Amino acid sequence: MTPMLAASLVSGLAVGAMYGLLALGYHVTWVVSRSVNFAQGSVMMLGAVIAFSLAVSGGWPMPFAIAAALIGCAGFGVVLERVAVRPFRARGSESWLMATVAAGMLVENAAMFLFGKEPRGMPSALARHPVMLFGVGVLPLHIVILLAGLGLAGLFLLATRATPYGKALLAVVQNPRAAQLMGIDAAKVTVFAYALSSALAGLAGVLIAPLTNVAADMGFVFGIKGFAAAILGGLDNPWGAVLAGLLLGLAEASVTAFAGSGATVMASFGLVILALYLRPHGLFGRAEARKV
Amino acid sequence: MTLSAIVRRFMFGASRALAPAALAFAPHFAGAAEPAPVPVGLVAALSGQSAASGEAITRGLSVAIAEINQAGGVLGRPLMLVRRDDESNPGKGIAAARELISREHVAAFFGGIDTPVSIALVPIANKEKTPFLGVWAAGTGITHNGANPNYVFRVSAVDTLVDQRLLRYAVTIAKAQHPGLMLIDNPWGESNHAGLEAAAKSAGVSLAGAESFESGDTDMIAQLTRLKAAGADAIILVGNAAPAADVIHSLDRMGWNVPVISHWGISGGRFPELAGPSAEKVAFVQTYSFFKSSPKGEAVLAELEKTYPAIKGPQDIIAPVGTANAYDAMHLLALAIAKAGSTEGPAIQAALEALPSYDGLIKRYAPAFTAANHDALGADDYIMVHFAADKIVPVE
Repeated sequence: MTPMLAASLVSGLAVGAMYGLLALGYHVTWVVSRSVNFAQGSVMMLGAVIAFSLAVSGGWPMPFAIAAALIGCAGFGVVLERVAVRPFRARGSESWLMATVAAGMLVENAAMFLFGKEPRGMPSALARHPVMLFGVGVLPLHIVILLAGLGLAGLFLLATRATPYGKALLAVVQNPRAAQLMGIDAAKVTVFAYALSSALAGLAGVLIAPLTNVAADMGFVFGIKGFAAAILGGLDNPWGAVLAGLLLGLAEASVTAFAGSGATVMASFGLVILALYLRPHGLFGRAEARKV
Repeated sequence: MTLSAIVRRFMFGASRALAPAALAFAPHFAGAAEPAPVPVGLVAALSGQSAASGEAITRGLSVAIAEINQAGGVLGRPLMLVRRDDESNPGKGIAAARELISREHVAAFFGGIDTPVSIALVPIANKEKTPFLGVWAAGTGITHNGANPNYVFRVSAVDTLVDQRLLRYAVTIAKAQHPGLMLIDNPWGESNHAGLEAAAKSAGVSLAGAESFESGDTDMIAQLTRLKAAGADAIILVGNAAPAADVIHSLDRMGWNVPVISHWGISGGRFPELAGPSAEKVAFVQTYSFFKSSPKGEAVLAELEKTYPAIKGPQDIIAPVGTANAYDAMHLLALAIAKAGSTEGPAIQAALEALPSYDGLIKRYAPAFTAANHDALGADDYIMVHFAADKIVPVE
């Protein structure tokens, strides 16, 4: 493998892991409530903006700034579920779809107003000195991002299979009424799912910011690509969502390396459409059997 | 609708409602009536990755307008700046320019950092017969647009000449034999691609290759690796601050320590913050440095320090090229309006082409423009600089 391709693939894996984290966020709310948070991209931006504001402008130590950003994003998820999702789902309406899109735009514009429209550089000790591995410069942050993406997918899978709370999460979507009769508070579980999903998006924002920059409009394209990864991997499959994110990142990096970045979006979304044409339920998803 | 537009509309409505009363009292206050200001426009990036450029231009224009107004204004009327944000987007720039001309009735308008936006504004200026003065965007085709009469003027660099300067620096100072080009994928990048190839050809230099990148790209390792493999021993960079910073990140990741010579787009944003410590090794072109000592330079600097308390010295002037170019352009426009004796576009255009000599901040314009040359600055007016921390200081 040429150093150029190897270096591009390292970047592709890092960006792909971020798509994966966002996709995992889409998956979490989908499996619990059959709804998704289309403000994921904006929440990702929110995480980066809060961490930047506290660490750089406010002088907080970075770990505290990151923790506050994740708590802030989770809190936003709770509010979003209460305001933009629950009222519509309670009436059997699908308008949560538009409501979450609108909430995302609201957050983005508020960030432009409060944070400014100028991109800022997020400092990170992990993105300063590359380590040369087989002639390829790899930043410690690349490795952290990849481990975070895969580790969180693994943790989520483990939690939903092996812990009572995780099982409760999945029980709600299988049969909310039965779950409630078993003492599971479906509303609380859904709120938790939205908080978790938003925290994952916030984490993606915090992790990717030092590799790109922090800007009020940084989340939009990431949000779309994260959703593409979630659909590609199968919304019901956490591993699928993360792996599809990685695949999408790698595909983009390869296209950029060989055909230039002008072709990246065309080629990567073309591949997504082709993959869904061949496997309508996603690369790792399964057709859902419905009893009638 | 922006807040300022709402306020203006309210004031307009209020002024209509109060007009009869004003007429009744007019004879008593005739001596106190303020002359109506002459509006001049600015269409520039006031937000986004090049927001610093818009702020720098605003500062240059504002200081010049304050000086002109203090000296009695033009045609006995004060000048008034009306700004619009093009967000580096040609479509938004076109809408803003049309609004400035049709609603604000600007006598002339200034442009910002983005060549694609300025190129889009050229036909509007020529069709509406409203002078358009570029103070940053360097695309050759902005002033060399084939229109007659041509309403577009520029107090800024011209790509073809900047390209000659960048190449000369790469060969003589950085000792490069095969520079490689990293160019933003837009009309500005294309303009420089043609200019740099022509400059290399006339200087007998063989380029290692030319690669392009998109504004949103964050990883340029593929392009840089190709240039390295082709034998590039210097990089000539054309791009704005954010993607240019990612070129520097990519060089760092590759561990490739190569001289980087840049066009001036990097000075329109937070390049040192975005690129990190390696920002300092990038040499780039400017038309003016506030470190250059001259009586006029010191006077303008003092005025900037007075108006903007964050400025404590030449090192604190963000994007100095925008401020200096805009300052001189505003004074040249005021001279033209005075010479024309009118705020009508065709009269100002004719006056701009026939200005007398003028001692400006950047240089003595003798004269600034002629019918054949709408560019006030030439190759001899460029200097090379670099960042020292977040300050811009000369390298020569």
